[in-house]
Amino acid sequence: MSGPQRRPPLVVLEDVTREYPGGVRAVAGVTLAIERGDAVAIVGRSGSGKSSLLNLIGTLDRPTTGRVHIDGCSVADLTDRQLSALRARTIGFVFQQFHLTPGVPISEAVADGLLYAGVGVRDRRRRAAESLQRVGLGHRLHHRPHELSGGEQQRAAIARAVIGNPALLLADEPTGNLDSASGAAVMEVLGQLNDSGTTIVLITHDREVATRLHRQVEIADGVVRADRGVAGVETEVIA
Amino acid sequence: MRSGTVRPGRRLPAPARRSPRPARLGAGDVIRVGAAGLRARRMRVGLSALGITIGIAAMISVVGISASSRADLDRKLARLGTNMLTAAPAKSPDGTVATLPDTAVDMVARIRPVDSVSAIGRIPDVSIYRSEYIPAAETNSIAVYATRLDLPGTIRYTITAGGWLSQPGVRFPTVVLGASAAQSLGIDHLTPQTQVVIGRLRFTVVGILAPAPLAPELDLAAFVGWSTAQRYLGFDGHPTNIYTRVRSESVVAVRGVLGRTIDPAEPYNVRVTRPSDLLVAQAMTDTTFTGLMLGLGAVALLVGGIGVANTMVISVLERRAEIGLRRALGATRGQIRLQFLVESLLLSALGGVGGVLFGILATTGYVATRHWPVYVPPWATLGGFAATVGVGAVAGLYPAMRAARLAPTQALAGM
Ligand SMILES: Nc1ncnc2c1ncn2[C@@H]1O[C@H](COP(=O)(O)OP(=O)(O)OP(=O)(O)O)[C@@H](O)[C@H]1O
Ligand SMILES: [Mg+2]
Repeated sequence: MSGPQRRPPLVVLEDVTREYPGGVRAVAGVTLAIERGDAVAIVGRSGSGKSSLLNLIGTLDRPTTGRVHIDGCSVADLTDRQLSALRARTIGFVFQQFHLTPGVPISEAVADGLLYAGVGVRDRRRRAAESLQRVGLGHRLHHRPHELSGGEQQRAAIARAVIGNPALLLADEPTGNLDSASGAAVMEVLGQLNDSGTTIVLITHDREVATRLHRQVEIADGVVRADRGVAGVETEVIA
Repeated sequence: MRSGTVRPGRRLPAPARRSPRPARLGAGDVIRVGAAGLRARRMRVGLSALGITIGIAAMISVVGISASSRADLDRKLARLGTNMLTAAPAKSPDGTVATLPDTAVDMVARIRPVDSVSAIGRIPDVSIYRSEYIPAAETNSIAVYATRLDLPGTIRYTITAGGWLSQPGVRFPTVVLGASAAQSLGIDHLTPQTQVVIGRLRFTVVGILAPAPLAPELDLAAFVGWSTAQRYLGFDGHPTNIYTRVRSESVVAVRGVLGRTIDPAEPYNVRVTRPSDLLVAQAMTDTTFTGLMLGLGAVALLVGGIGVANTMVISVLERRAEIGLRRALGATRGQIRLQFLVESLLLSALGGVGGVLFGILATTGYVATRHWPVYVPPWATLGGFAATVGVGAVAGLYPAMRAARLAPTQALAGM
């Protein structure tokens, strides 16, 4: 793990912009580095560009200008196939919607999290059970989504995202559809994952949720407006 | 406008020079993922598979029925032989019918490759009745023939009841009936008292023949012995139909000389035919019908294919979120394309399996009513499967390309 040199940050954004067709500049020049093992909350008003930024970090989208490095790889230098492979091994996603197929047992849905990483079906099933165990759903393996509460479904979705032990877990408002108790349970799971070394970047509207994370990045109009918690330094940037 | 740990002027670490490579999906996983998409929408999948089933079933049963009829013909020809030639007097353009010489049979027997020869002679103006009380006009169109006693050997007649005519000199005149003649007269079984009236004389019916596929003209006929006919019915002794069996390799050669042999003076008075040719020709006319039905089956299959394409297009539209999720989980464009292509192939193959089964079932059912052997050629079954694979591939290609072209963010936003 440790070499003579420090490993590069897991995520590095250099003056990144994303302009959508029609002229909307959702991300208007963001420079940001996220260290391994960190837990970052991205906060900001609706339409400020949080999801656009997360899609760039997750390599689901490419920047219009600027450079994105994930785990030492320059996104611009990678083909679409290579980005897919990067996502399969390095990045896990959790969305506001749970994206669990109706009628499919959650153990199968979770096992699909390793499908594109080239893991055999037996291993996938075994690790799906382990991953569900980790989010406290070890006893609900064969339940179907409609038999679970919203919080449980989101925990299953998290189990799918982290089944391959990705270095980076991205979550876009994972508690947005949940009541506060279920949301707390989901945050509890995310906290444990972070404790065990997974880097977490999370979008939230909830100030209280945000403050429980080590670092808060506030976005406004596509730029970083404030960045608190970086190595104990609080930086406020007024645009 | 800068924040975080990156200070101005500090160079970012050079990216590590390793490029991630996507893992290949195994065949099992490819099929598992394709099938999962179908399992989630059983009703719709069933209905669009049904379209393929109907098309394939129609084509398989058309091919199966025609092949079975062909197999039946082959079986018949094998039993009856294709080496029979018949000769009959030709009709001249003015309508008069020639007469064959009474030496004809002896002459034909002298041709070396002729195995057997026999003949019958139509007795004009003589009819057969069930009894004396039937009005003379009700002849049932049954022809009365004088026959040589060796006729069954050449024609390969089977006798369904009684026996064949025996040697002359029996105390009472006897007759054998063709299959249709017996039916017309209402005779289905024989007793020693079963008699009919021919001319003004009573004849005892001693036998009923099975239908003769190679000489169907003899089904509506009654046969009396050659000399009996000459003695009681005024038969002139000239044959009107000559039947001969020829060694197979010489059929064509004998056919060429038969007319000259029978009537050296006027060979054009003799019309020579090969009855098995007629059966084959009949089967040929069936072929055009088969072609037409096959075309209809192809249209049904095409419509089924459009149904599959439609289902797949809708499936892709509905499943944008799933596509986005899979891209987020690391699926490449190619893997998404493959997923939907395989789904389409499986859907269509499902219909194809049903179609082959139904096609074979329909063939068996129809063929059983005709007493033909059931024969569905393997090429038809394989062709049916190949057609469904083709249809599935074509139908799935466009939706699969569309699914693969979706950008991940677009797909995820689609929900
Ligand atoms: N695909 C797109 N095409 C065009 N404009 C887009 C697209 N996606 C987002 N936008 C615009 O970019 C801006 C930022 O959108 P984004 O979804 O990143 O905001 P957000 O901070 O995630 O908002 P929310 O909190 O409501 O989710 C918005 O003005 C939005 O309308
Ligand atoms: Mg958003």
